[in-house]
Amino acid sequence: MAFKEIALNMGPQHPSTHGVLRLKLAVDNEVVISLEPVLGYLHRGMEKLWENLTYTQIVPLTDRLDYLAALSNNLGFVLAVEKLAGIEVPKRGQVLRVVLAELQRLASHLAWVGFQANDIGAMSVLLYGFEARERILDLFEEYVGARLTVHGIRIGGVPRDFDPAFVRKIERTLDGLPAKLRDIELLLNENRIWKERTQGVGVITAAEAVDFGLTGPPLRATGTRWDIRKDVPYSSYEDFEFDVPLGSAGDVYDRYLVRMEEMRQSLGIVRQALARLPDGDFTAKVPRILRIPPAEVFHTIEAPKGELGFYIRSNGTDKPERVKMKSPSFINLMSLAHMSRGNLFSDVIGILGSLDIVLGEIDK
Amino acid sequence: MPDRIADAPRLEDVLRVLEGRFSEAVAGHDFAKGELTVRVRTERLADVLRFLKAEQGFAALQDMIGLDRGPETAAGSKRFAVLYQVYRPADRVRLRISVDADEAEGLPSAVAVWKSADWAEREIFDMFGLRFAGHPGLRRIYLDEAFDGHPLRKDFPLQGRSGGL
Amino acid sequence: MMSPFLADGLIPLAKILAVILYPMLMVIVMIWLERRIVAWIQGRIGPNRVGFQGILQPFADAVKLFFKEDIVQRRADRFLFNISPVLVMFSTLLAFCFLPLGEPFRIGDYTLTLWVARSPVGLLLVLGLSSISVFGVIFGGWASNSKYPLLGALRSVVQVLSYEIPVGLTVLTVVFLARSMDLVRIVERQQESGVWYGFLLPVSFLVFWISAIAETNRAPFDLPEAESELVAGYHTEYSGMKFAFFYMAEYAHMVLASSLVVILFFGGWLPPFPGVKAFAFFGAVPGFVWYLVKIMFFLYLYVWIRATFPRYRFDSLIRLVWKWLIPLSLVNLLVVAGLRFLL
Repeated sequence: MAFKEIALNMGPQHPSTHGVLRLKLAVDNEVVISLEPVLGYLHRGMEKLWENLTYTQIVPLTDRLDYLAALSNNLGFVLAVEKLAGIEVPKRGQVLRVVLAELQRLASHLAWVGFQANDIGAMSVLLYGFEARERILDLFEEYVGARLTVHGIRIGGVPRDFDPAFVRKIERTLDGLPAKLRDIELLLNENRIWKERTQGVGVITAAEAVDFGLTGPPLRATGTRWDIRKDVPYSSYEDFEFDVPLGSAGDVYDRYLVRMEEMRQSLGIVRQALARLPDGDFTAKVPRILRIPPAEVFHTIEAPKGELGFYIRSNGTDKPERVKMKSPSFINLMSLAHMSRGNLFSDVIGILGSLDIVLGEIDK
Repeated sequence: MPDRIADAPRLEDVLRVLEGRFSEAVAGHDFAKGELTVRVRTERLADVLRFLKAEQGFAALQDMIGLDRGPETAAGSKRFAVLYQVYRPADRVRLRISVDADEAEGLPSAVAVWKSADWAEREIFDMFGLRFAGHPGLRRIYLDEAFDGHPLRKDFPLQGRSGGL
Repeated sequence: MMSPFLADGLIPLAKILAVILYPMLMVIVMIWLERRIVAWIQGRIGPNRVGFQGILQPFADAVKLFFKEDIVQRRADRFLFNISPVLVMFSTLLAFCFLPLGEPFRIGDYTLTLWVARSPVGLLLVLGLSSISVFGVIFGGWASNSKYPLLGALRSVVQVLSYEIPVGLTVLTVVFLARSMDLVRIVERQQESGVWYGFLLPVSFLVFWISAIAETNRAPFDLPEAESELVAGYHTEYSGMKFAFFYMAEYAHMVLASSLVVILFFGGWLPPFPGVKAFAFFGAVPGFVWYLVKIMFFLYLYVWIRATFPRYRFDSLIRLVWKWLIPLSLVNLLVVAGLRFLL
């Protein structure tokens, strides 16, 4: 029997590649032999642009990186700037940032579960996930006026304080979420078809994962305990009690379970934060023109997609000399080829979805 | 945040080990904002990186950062620098290795040490034009193959260049 | 005595018209129902603008498709390309001729039968006719002259052919009980025995229903035509009215499958508890109303399942039928045959 290898192309326009991504596949009788992602369709030259903008001007642009979790990008960047400039954020500001970041994690994971389920055929979960996400986006809209590109975390703290009415609103939204999560889990967790399509698919071992630089839920699904909120805490995360969900098999199913549990943990963190909001200022005084003497810093946070990092080098002016973003989606995508090899090409979509990538973050 | 490296014992350990093992290769170090940067000479880069992963437990290469000192770099010093941000998960130690490079010489590829260097090196090649010897498939990653120029160089204009690609 | 003109001319003509209009009407209702029910399950509204509560939406879709440009590949096999949608629609509609909708009723001294044709092997004919639609699928995939529709068509064909086997085996158990392949007789036998066969043959019913879903390429067995797959199915290259034909034929096939389930396992036009005197008041409602109610229930089940379950991957789908459904239906057949012989 002759060896027949077919070249297949997915994207850049495709309903399930989650953005403009092109995948070049080689398959033999439905089994994937090789996979090569082609990037750059959304490349906007962000890093070059940032070298010509002030630190304050860069913050709203970070929204456009991982546009499904804008606040995480904001937080990652401003924490690096604050470390560089030696700005201390008051305790209240830090806790408010934790609330916003965890709400953003919830919103991001809800969008993710919707897309993942829809790609595998359970279309109703898409609507359930997005409906729940809408409640959280309503909160952001009330807070700063934007749902998607929120820009709700600024250098020095947060733009506005939370008044008691807003706090109650957040709590009411949180009250409604566990039921929606339960609905989704009832549909998927023990569903035989879901398990057949996700268990044993896209497997990666813990050692391989670390070598590939994988971070976030895909890494934790292999059983590796790695969460920057615990390992190198920032923004008062060390004051909160929460678990880091781990998987064991490193397959698509475990990634799903890890993210579902992470959502529950985020709910817990927000409740703890709101229950013990410290008094004080919600932001530090930051000079209008922020000039930072020459220095360099590398700081990472645990964003919903993985470990997000910024390297900033300052040169004494109000604009950075160099900003480099460590993009979790970019690095996670690199292991897609390894994970897909040996799987059926019908599974490539499922594996890609389980990495939870956002092209804005990959292409910068 | 520790001001002196003496207050960050684990980082100080790493520095001492590196200075001991690669005394001719370590060109110096900086410690600021709680972070340690070790400057390594280009010739021994591959050995240093391999040592860090195999014998010092730095299992993860978190990022590779390219820097351009600008086209008017003084003769005798190299135009580019590449930073390797490595991480030891066992005790959460972060280390930055800094190495100078110029376009003619390039650098050895780190893909054999950490697989995560693959796309990072392609990105630096795309944006700066630095070549990495031994990379399994060094080509641009964001821009089109036919693109002329390397955008993150300081002499590449922000608005881009007119006249097609 | 009714005039021969009416009895042998007009009424059969009217029936033929009905057998074309009835499935088409059901298709139109189904399109609307599917979109509204799926929307309701998902917390949305669904079409509610075109006509009262969106009831004219299917007509709007049909008109839109009618006006679309009809694109045919330069190197497509024109004849096969054009005949495929016709084949698929034609075979399904023809099968409807043999489906009984209700008890015959008398007008004066003429008995009006609610079927177009009756055959002692009606069941076999219906199954055979609906299988011809497979040709339409493979012709369509081949004639499109494109890699992906061909692969999709092949997958579809493998799926349909594999699931025909449990269909045949489970249907045989019904034939054992009814001692007939005549669809009208099967319903009459259920009336005589006083219980719907679905309760006597639960395994047959379940296996038949699952296979029916796979036969009609509906979720969760709709991989060959799912949008999130690389291969978009045998009807990728079709546009306009030809695509509409495939689309409508799929719904018509669903109605046909539901009708078969109802006739074979759910008593056709019989009311619940057909033999029991206590429930005789059910007979006040005409037979074909019961029949329609039951068909609507199964069509609702189709939609409900589609909105709920993820999709089977192709290899799991094939594994399911060959490792589970076929052996199960074989064992079931032996058990039923054995019991029939003994009792």
